[in-house]
Amino acid sequence: MQVLYGRHHVRVFRFGLRVVRDEQVAEDLISEVFLDVWRQAGKFEGRSAVSTWLLAITRFKALSALRRRKDVELEDEAANAIEDTSDDPEVSVQKKDTSAALRKCLTALSSDHREIVDLVYYHEKSVEEVAEIVGIPENTVKTRLFYARKKLADLLKAAGVERGWP
Amino acid sequence: MALSKRMLEEEPSEIEMLLPWHAAGTLSARDARRVEEALAHDPALAKQYAVIREEYAETIDLNESLGAPSARAMQKLFAAIDAEPAHVPQASFNVASRFAAFFASLSPRTLAWSAGLAALALLLQAGVIGAVLMKNQSTTYQTASLSMNEPITRALGPESPPRALVRFAPDARIVDITALLDHYHASIIDGAKGGMFRLQFGDKAMSREEVASLMNRLQGEKIIALAVATP
Repeated sequence: MQVLYGRHHVRVFRFGLRVVRDEQVAEDLISEVFLDVWRQAGKFEGRSAVSTWLLAITRFKALSALRRRKDVELEDEAANAIEDTSDDPEVSVQKKDTSAALRKCLTALSSDHREIVDLVYYHEKSVEEVAEIVGIPENTVKTRLFYARKKLADLLKAAGVERGWP
Repeated sequence: MALSKRMLEEEPSEIEMLLPWHAAGTLSARDARRVEEALAHDPALAKQYAVIREEYAETIDLNESLGAPSARAMQKLFAAIDAEPAHVPQASFNVASRFAAFFASLSPRTLAWSAGLAALALLLQAGVIGAVLMKNQSTTYQTASLSMNEPITRALGPESPPRALVRFAPDARIVDITALLDHYHASIIDGAKGGMFRLQFGDKAMSREEVASLMNRLQGEKIIALAVATP
């Protein structure tokens, strides 16, 4: 268990944190996730990667934690609550800091879009694995990421950043 | 109408939708080849791919900046595991454990009835097989060791050649053993069981005195540690 925890806890924590947007809650979450893994080890059939299995459990628990908090307006409030030392997108553009603006806009995406962007880019999950984690068809995975990227482009455009796409 | 036309125009191609996975390196070899070919021939797609690579890099940086959980999470987890009732996590169930789990799930009464029925079924099966065999065979029988096709070469009377169980000395050489067998007109008729060989001497019967004399001579041989007459 220590090996499994050592290998995966940081990514599980970051994935959970991006969903719940609260470090304390995310830390509690990883304890719950790995405790569940300890209890249900016999149910793991090895058909998917361990990390995919862990992220699916994390996602389920993170969404349950969000529901428990009954925080309907979480999206906007939590986004504002996140400590962010970078400038606003407009200021970033003035500084020609496209990178910072891009980060800011990545944070401002909806939870569905943020989730799929993280799973594909950061957690390096294939179409099939994302479908398994999120529980949606593979074609939906592809179109959801496409529209997440379009939304990101729209946010950047609104902030004055033109990247030549779309 | 205008909306549907716009949506149709915005509908991404299959290759376009695969670009993020190509950037992350998680496409199958076949899909990766398709994307590579499309990128080589479509400058607009290549431009979009460059944008995607930026997004990819920034997403990684953003996630890496989130830090790591404190030691509190690990302490909490292992305290919770320690508080759990002792169990051994199993990665998989094998057939034996499935059988064991199945029988363990039966009540003692059910288990007893099942065992009784199984025993009865075995007895019936044995009876049927036995009846079939008896029906198909003649009424005569023979022992496993008796072959009717071979002549009986060993008589119980004094007319059979003498035999002896012999243990050769540990340092006896093959050449010496062969010479001894020639000298006594002996042959080995049974292998080394417990280090003893069964020898037969000549092909004629001997009197008791002759056999005793033979054993004495054998005992006197340097390469023989023990020689005992046998029927």
